[in-house]
Amino acid sequence: MAIEVQDLQHWFGSGTNRRQVLQGIHCKVAAGEVVLLTGPSGCGKTTLLTLVGALRQVQHGSVLVLGQQLHGAQRSTRQQLRRRIGMIFQGHNLLRCLTAEQNVQMGADLLPDLSYRARRDLAREWLRAVGLGDHLGHLPHDLSGGQKQRVAIARALAGQPQLLLADEPTAALDSQSGREVVDLLKNLARQQGCGVLMVTHDPRILDIADRLVQMEDGRLFAKAL
Amino acid sequence: MKSAHPVLEALRSIWAARSIPLSWLLLTRQPVRLAVALAGISFAGILMFMQLGFRDGLFDASVTIHRLFNTDLVLISPRSSSSVSMAGFPRRRLVQAMADPQVAGITPVHWNLLLWRNPKTLATRSILALGFEPTDPLFTDPSLASKAKVLNQRGRVLFDQQSRPEFGPVAEWFKAGRTVESEISGMRVRVAGLVSLGTSFGADGNLLTSSETFLGLMPNTPPGSIEVGLIRLKPGSDPMAVMTRLKTTLPADVTVLTKQGFIDFEQNYWRTSTSIGFIFTLGAGMGFVVGCVIVYQVLYSDVSDHLPEYATLMAMGYPLTTLLGVVAREGLLLAAFGYLPAYAAGQGLYWLVRSATQLPVAMDTTRAVTVFTMILVMCMGSASLAMRRLADADPAEIF
Repeated sequence: MAIEVQDLQHWFGSGTNRRQVLQGIHCKVAAGEVVLLTGPSGCGKTTLLTLVGALRQVQHGSVLVLGQQLHGAQRSTRQQLRRRIGMIFQGHNLLRCLTAEQNVQMGADLLPDLSYRARRDLAREWLRAVGLGDHLGHLPHDLSGGQKQRVAIARALAGQPQLLLADEPTAALDSQSGREVVDLLKNLARQQGCGVLMVTHDPRILDIADRLVQMEDGRLFAKAL
Repeated sequence: MKSAHPVLEALRSIWAARSIPLSWLLLTRQPVRLAVALAGISFAGILMFMQLGFRDGLFDASVTIHRLFNTDLVLISPRSSSSVSMAGFPRRRLVQAMADPQVAGITPVHWNLLLWRNPKTLATRSILALGFEPTDPLFTDPSLASKAKVLNQRGRVLFDQQSRPEFGPVAEWFKAGRTVESEISGMRVRVAGLVSLGTSFGADGNLLTSSETFLGLMPNTPPGSIEVGLIRLKPGSDPMAVMTRLKTTLPADVTVLTKQGFIDFEQNYWRTSTSIGFIFTLGAGMGFVVGCVIVYQVLYSDVSDHLPEYATLMAMGYPLTTLLGVVAREGLLLAAFGYLPAYAAGQGLYWLVRSATQLPVAMDTTRAVTVFTMILVMCMGSASLAMRRLADADPAEIF
């Protein structure tokens, strides 16, 4: 089981401004499973992702990610766990001063016991896998939006993650490149055997999901495909 | 591969374990920002090199003449405060010192600043005149002994060809075979030869003459009064022991110094009784502060601009220490690359100062290391301040 969440509650703010965004979430994502999370904006989807991604301290409930309990976990524990999670952001968040190849290698550099050359080859392999084999030396501002997002996917996958979290990876893309990106994501995730939890508003890509989950007012509901 | 040396093997594995040189790329992919930073650091470095160079050069220049004396111990009057205000003491004291069994020889020296008339423009200027018996050894330079013979004739002087040009084209005229005559304190003197001594802080030029001529130039000098007494010891004797003995045997109207003590006495005057040391150290401090501000500004805005990227790296699982290391390495690289042009410019400016002022300003290892250390402290200090901005990199905010 890649993710096992039980009775997760989360609040923002303090005192009278304290507002509950997650009201007892239960959810499971198995290894190799692709789960799509939809819901109106502001309903807490991103908060759930940051909690599962070990980016935020868990306040209440149990969050078991890749066998690691995150409730009460130390900062260093969370940092170590993040190495095993691939994250794809709405904005691509590439490092502007690095080429496509170097950006992907920043992901591969987290792998222990691999030589520089091996990590670089890995980066090149992933860029070829996302169809950017001839853009290795390009800086992010020389790439189109779709290409940048594909570099970001290659970077997330180069670290050989056991879990992939994606927040609207197609938001900035036109329908054709959006389609290409999610197909790629699904295939690569299948090959690596890692679970995928993807937040999306994009109705065109719902068909890649194994399971569909809807969030409303801080609660999750299963939804028919 | 099997036969490889273990050290080579270790180096190979370190090389293989390297990762993307993020600090280097952050700096070099923003050439304008890098240029600003390097210009700022170099400017600060040059400022420090110049100020410290001037300071050390001036202190060094104050003892140009002191270094030349062929002596082990020196007698001066306790009323003397520096080379520009030397007081007289009885010559008898120097003769008394001869009584010590370790003393090999003595040289009484007259020392004063006199007004020299430029033979070309007829303007007068203060010059350091030393009077001694031409047969006595004065300087360690052995070539002086033969030149000193001409001083036996009254009214003859040896002119320092390194004196500043304001004293007139004495050396040029003399070398061209002209008879160079001028006036000191209203008395006619003839240049009978050239020596090479060097200017000092207190004196723009020097000349040597015989005691007899000197006393002629200074008719008011009390009889038997000298300003400096040189004492040479027998080989193998201990100057400190002799100095202690002389201090107890001689009355309190003389001060006994070693040659180094004589040098320190002069430098100490310029260091403590004038504001030179303070002014130049303050100047160097200003350079340091300016450099700090520039480096901090550059590193801080660099970190701020890349904050989302740093947050992304943290989200990917890079620990905070790695990111701190990136900023620290940026500081280190800036220090190294900012120092090199400062060093080169420092060398060039020292050369310029030497040729323009004859001040003995040169790049010495101590100063080179001092300035590098200050630049390093400047860059690393600024880097560690800029690192505090990294605490604002919250990976939870980037989704």
